[in-house]
Amino acid sequence: MSTPILEARDISIRFGGVEALRRVSLHVMPGEVLALAGDNGAGKSTLIKIISGVYHADAGQLLFNGTPMQLRDPQDARAQGIETIYQDLALADNLDVGSNIFLGREPVRRQFGIQVIDRERMAQVAREVLERLDIVIPARKLRGPVKMLSGGQRQAIAIGRAIYWNAHVLIMDEPTAALGVPEQRKVMELIAALKAQGVAVILISHNLHDIFAIADRIVVLRRGEVAGERLVAGTNGDEIVRLMVGDTYADARGPAH
Amino acid sequence: MDNSRLDRLALISKIWPWLFLCALLVFFEVWARISDHRSFIFNAYNLQSIGLAASAPLLLAIGQTFVIITAGIDLSVGFVMGLAAVCIAQFTIPGGNAPWVVLLSIPATIVVCLVPGFVNGVLIARLGVPAFIGTLGMYGVARGVGFLAAGSGMTVAVNNAGLAWLGHGWTPVVLTLILLLVMHFILSKTRFGQYTYAIGGNPQSAVRAGINVRRHLVVIYLIAAAFAAVGGIVYTSRFAAGAANAGEPMLLDSIAAVVIGGASLFGGTGNVIGTLIGALIIAVIEFGLVFIDVNAFWQFIVVGIVIIMSVLIDQYKERLGGAQ
Repeated sequence: MSTPILEARDISIRFGGVEALRRVSLHVMPGEVLALAGDNGAGKSTLIKIISGVYHADAGQLLFNGTPMQLRDPQDARAQGIETIYQDLALADNLDVGSNIFLGREPVRRQFGIQVIDRERMAQVAREVLERLDIVIPARKLRGPVKMLSGGQRQAIAIGRAIYWNAHVLIMDEPTAALGVPEQRKVMELIAALKAQGVAVILISHNLHDIFAIADRIVVLRRGEVAGERLVAGTNGDEIVRLMVGDTYADARGPAH
Repeated sequence: MDNSRLDRLALISKIWPWLFLCALLVFFEVWARISDHRSFIFNAYNLQSIGLAASAPLLLAIGQTFVIITAGIDLSVGFVMGLAAVCIAQFTIPGGNAPWVVLLSIPATIVVCLVPGFVNGVLIARLGVPAFIGTLGMYGVARGVGFLAAGSGMTVAVNNAGLAWLGHGWTPVVLTLILLLVMHFILSKTRFGQYTYAIGGNPQSAVRAGINVRRHLVVIYLIAAAFAAVGGIVYTSRFAAGAANAGEPMLLDSIAAVVIGGASLFGGTGNVIGTLIGALIIAVIEFGLVFIDVNAFWQFIVVGIVIIMSVLIDQYKERLGGAQ
């Protein structure tokens, strides 16, 4: 077996008295789509925040391409090629498309011996990235704040930002939750295209339909622990729901059919 | 509404401070020519008076612009300016009339004033105190320290050739404009400026983008305090005396200038040139009304109305944006 591009081993983290994650392990291979499923509060968001460098695990290890790595902050994770698209997209609504794609990593040129932001280049890259995603935004809106854009266009900017930086691992938190049906389809197509290019995708979703349509493997979290791991080819929606909500609930509903 | 009309409205709401400033100048010019047969604008004394009246509030407002863009506010700058006005006097006095003393007393004053700025920044960025409350506390502290430092008399007279040069004629205006251009460059061209806007737009996304938001905010409040210090230094050099309440009336003028200049108190928008226009509008109203012999209390009324008007236009601009 080849090496996973990203692996988390026995990750634990506490917030005050709450143990949010308990010895959670998972891995993802290049070109694989791993779905992370679980009920609200299961620890999905906490786990991706650790993988993307926002939180620091109290115990456990992260490995990138088989090598242990320390993530001090999100910048570190992104330097390794781990990009995260949050549910709220994490766009600065008051800035334009180019500024958002480059937020935190602006290209600079020299003026009077001082580093100044290269806005021409940012605007040009914004056009190229959107073209690559087949997203049409009128030129006059491209220079305006992104709060003027639709939900799908904003999602495309977030995805464009990640792929422009040549992500090896792309973490997507509920990427289709706020979108209309055609835009949802577009995002699914995009994930398939990234997978074909060898990008590892970790997909967090409540939508079992999406998971079964695009994922290769599913890791289910429940109350901060891994409740189970299944290949999509060898499982079904009922089993995943049962793993998500736990046996007690399944028992209360009567015997499984 | 079709696009061209929307564009036109958006343009007007963007440039209205310029138009309003021009309208004010034309109004006072026409009034002065009709009633007194003299010119308002083409008069070096008037221009210098307006420039000097605008420079101290403008210095505070430049720092305030950065703070307000991050969705914060700094209520302490007025009394930090007063503290600086007293400090520069006290620090310069032992040196007598020797001009070189200011080379020591000016940096010392700025360093003293960076302390309240640093405390503001730590309170807001590290300890999560709302900017309004944290800087209100510092408003009181700086006020008290300023009066204590001034001693019994409230004002401290100082005669020094270096300070006198700094406060003479157009020098304060030129100094203010140079600092204004530097800060405009930083805000509009550098990463520091870009991150200031990003933090004001969405602090969460700024954190996730790897921007050190806490450190950035501390620096922002240090900038505000440093500009308050320069305001105090300019005040004392103009009047050859430092007063602990020198900046009291200028705090609200500084916020008003930023808001009139197009910044939103919710953060994310605003710029230094807009603030310049805002400060000029206030100074022209104040000086112009005196010039045409209107009771001075009318200044407050007119400036108040202009502030309300600019906030209404800002809200209209938001709606206009939403409709697009």
